[in-house]
Amino acid sequence: MSDVIPYTVEPHPVTGVPNPKLGIWLFLASEVMLFGALFSTYVLLRVGSDHWPRHTETGLNVPLATVNTIVLILSSVTVVMAWYSLKIGEFGRAKLFVAATIACACTFMVIKYFEYSHKFHVGTFPSTSNFYAVYFTMTGLHGLHVLGGIIVFSYLLATSNQWWQQHPEQFTNRIECTGLYWHFVDLVWIFLFPSLYLL
Amino acid sequence: MHAHARTAHGHEDLKKHVRIYISVFVALMFLTVLTVVVSYFHPPIAWAVAIALLIACTKGSLVALYFMHLISEVKVIYWTLGLCVVLFGVLMLLPTATEGNQSGVVHHNDRTVVGAVHAAHGDLGEHSETH
Repeated sequence: MSDVIPYTVEPHPVTGVPNPKLGIWLFLASEVMLFGALFSTYVLLRVGSDHWPRHTETGLNVPLATVNTIVLILSSVTVVMAWYSLKIGEFGRAKLFVAATIACACTFMVIKYFEYSHKFHVGTFPSTSNFYAVYFTMTGLHGLHVLGGIIVFSYLLATSNQWWQQHPEQFTNRIECTGLYWHFVDLVWIFLFPSLYLL
Repeated sequence: MHAHARTAHGHEDLKKHVRIYISVFVALMFLTVLTVVVSYFHPPIAWAVAIALLIACTKGSLVALYFMHLISEVKVIYWTLGLCVVLFGVLMLLPTATEGNQSGVVHHNDRTVVGAVHAAHGDLGEHSETH
């Protein structure tokens, strides 16, 4: 009996995709439901509320959040470029793109830190209002996902030389799967940004 | 020579893909700026929600289609995501249904309060009328 997990690189004959790719898509489907529940709660609270603050009343920093949106979209480009560079065998270039993705993710977290610390400094907490309960819950959970992405990308970058020498196709596959997760994190922010900061 | 030709082809292919990714990035930047600019005109809330959702859905579609390569995926991924979209739709419709129920509570407030008092005493429905 072989101890090698099958179909890590080549497509499974039944599904037509490698197992890790199907696995990450199923995981992302569960993530859609997780964030969907929170968005649903947000809609419920907002619609049921007598007064819900518009973006001019919340005191959230729209320019900073816009910069964060741009940074996250930029990181989506770098990660897809990393994957494509591996596909055509440009390992050095791919490493640079993965490093750029990590840098963008860290920039996002630093900006989020400044936003949060300012809110705490002026005495705004999740218990302040329904709006801030929603704001801290949703952006906090999203921030945890960004942190998770940073950890996984850092691990892949730190071990990339060994992986690329021994199993280049498997490494490319890992970057693709992590990239799919990262695009999902970007996608969630694309909806969070207008919902919390602009409406 | 053959390896050189393959590398040249790889670079040509890379340029084509880079062009697509950069184009999508520019479109996403434009839509991000647009959604922020629109919010500063303070449209009525219904219009603001509609415009923001439309722009966000367009941006989300671009990311999913080109960065996540959904434009050229296999059937099993489409089926998985299709089911996911249906369930997500149910989740988003739940608040509407709950709002409907709350309207009922407002219209039949007295009965609800009576029901709640009976429930608190441990007796409900027809059984409670015998007391």
